[in-house]
Amino acid sequence: MKLTLEEVSNVAFLARLALPEEELRRLAGHLNQIIEHFAALQELDTTDVEPTERVLPMVNVYREDVALPGLDREDVLRCAPRSNGEAFLVPRVVDTADGKDGGQ
Amino acid sequence: MTRDIENIQTAWQASEALRSGRISARDLTRASLERIAALEPSLSAFLALTEEIAMEAAARFDANPAAFPDPLAGVPAAVKDNMCLKGVPCTCASRILEGWEPPYNATAVQRILDRGGVICGKTNLDEFAMGSSTENSAFKVTRNPWNTSTVPGGSSGGSAAAVAAGQVFYALGSDTGGSIRQPASFCGIVGVKPTYGRVSRYGLVAYASSLDQIGPLTRDVRDAALVLNLICGHDPLDSTSYPGESPDFTQALRRDVQGLTVGLPQEFFAQGVRDDVAQAVRDGARVLEKAGAKVRDISMPNVGYALPVYYIIAPAEASSNLARYDGVRYGHRSCAASDHVDMFMRSRAEGFGAEVKQRIMIGTYALSAGYYDAYYLKAQQVRTLLRRDFDRAFQECDVLLTPTSPTPAFAVGERADDPFQMKLADVCTIPVNLAGIPALSLPCGLVDGLPVGMQIMARPFDEETMLRAAYTFEQATEFHRLRPAI
Repeated sequence: MKLTLEEVSNVAFLARLALPEEELRRLAGHLNQIIEHFAALQELDTTDVEPTERVLPMVNVYREDVALPGLDREDVLRCAPRSNGEAFLVPRVVDTADGKDGGQ
Repeated sequence: MTRDIENIQTAWQASEALRSGRISARDLTRASLERIAALEPSLSAFLALTEEIAMEAAARFDANPAAFPDPLAGVPAAVKDNMCLKGVPCTCASRILEGWEPPYNATAVQRILDRGGVICGKTNLDEFAMGSSTENSAFKVTRNPWNTSTVPGGSSGGSAAAVAAGQVFYALGSDTGGSIRQPASFCGIVGVKPTYGRVSRYGLVAYASSLDQIGPLTRDVRDAALVLNLICGHDPLDSTSYPGESPDFTQALRRDVQGLTVGLPQEFFAQGVRDDVAQAVRDGARVLEKAGAKVRDISMPNVGYALPVYYIIAPAEASSNLARYDGVRYGHRSCAASDHVDMFMRSRAEGFGAEVKQRIMIGTYALSAGYYDAYYLKAQQVRTLLRRDFDRAFQECDVLLTPTSPTPAFAVGERADDPFQMKLADVCTIPVNLAGIPALSLPCGLVDGLPVGMQIMARPFDEETMLRAAYTFEQATEFHRLRPAI
């Protein structure tokens, strides 16, 4: 089973990576090589074998429902690419009434 | 004074010198910073130096040593640049995080600071800890102090090189498929991947969450036990952190392997392991046998599948973990974007390096609709078969002995264009992460003038037996005293 350029392009969209066609071609070759190595696993019969999701037998770790101090907002926003001192700023997600994108 | 400091080889010796009053923490720290400055042009082990933080911690120790009873207080150290140190850039060797200064400390880092540890800098790594040579950093290629034309291993190559070259006395690394043990092996030092859950990962930038673990890189086994004492323990900020008590690991440092059974899993001596490397490890088994251990050959039939299992599970988890780098809250944001999805896509394409993109693509594909059962689920099932191999092995054996990596350090550039060869460097270490068990690498010989590492694995949460076997071997041999000529 070989991945086509179109399939690789779709994976890149799912991964939210804007890649030029040249890089998609290179990745297609690489992915197909890697997938060949995965085929070895099909040799093994895993009927009724439980999947390992975690190695520690721990689920649903709870703590007391007590408020603890969080991070300082100023400290957190200092590292944001764009902020107004209160929130992270991003390009507008919803179009404005006049159809213009008000972001950036 | 200078000669005094030069004679100090290990963290515990540094601690003794500090406690006896022969030297001050400030002098010791200054000497470390000087050695870092002198060797950086040839090693490139560090991404950031933290002189101010280090000198302040040293001064606090000197003002009142009694307030800092931990043996590692006042002793210069370094941490891999994928762990948060508040106010100091944390890059993960990636352009996408360039300039990001974490607003909090990782728990492992906080523990070092709270107990009077001296953090001198942050060390280089393969981008997001993805790689086996520390060549895959967006900023610099770290060199092996034993021979600067070879790689230090990876991904914790900066930490390994810094400890091997005596720039610092110990360092923290992270290990997802061998990223502490393999560079420890290449650089002739001790590296430990503790049991999954032993060390809090709060503040460790996540790569593959079912595999990642923080651990020490040190010059001998005693130092490894001291660092484990410092960083192990439950942390409510990491829900995968083990809630049980941690022992005093130094109690395990006994020259005694009477009654222990050491297993040599034959599959770990195939898989492209060089003859001279395999021989050095078999010689190591003989040392333990002479000291009273029983040694037996065993078989673990599913070990050969560990590499494909890892190269499904690790990228799958990475593709999910690295989804957070979208240019919104931190890190790089593309200025060419037209809308928010375009902003995510361009920011990520501009910020991530080629290897990281490849792994995100593999992981996204393996998790995508229609392929989940064939790849991710199948890999998790084979992971169960592999764990059963370990369960069986530990019914008959107390520790397992294998090479850490099939070869000694390879040349810079040699495997850069051959991803499969690169991944083979981790073939002996990956099964350990998949099983969640503890393992340690320590030097057991030299081939072609380069160190060879021996890996000791133990049952989950039985680091003590692992340390006991390692200490017995180390004290019966001279390999831990070998130093690079740099």
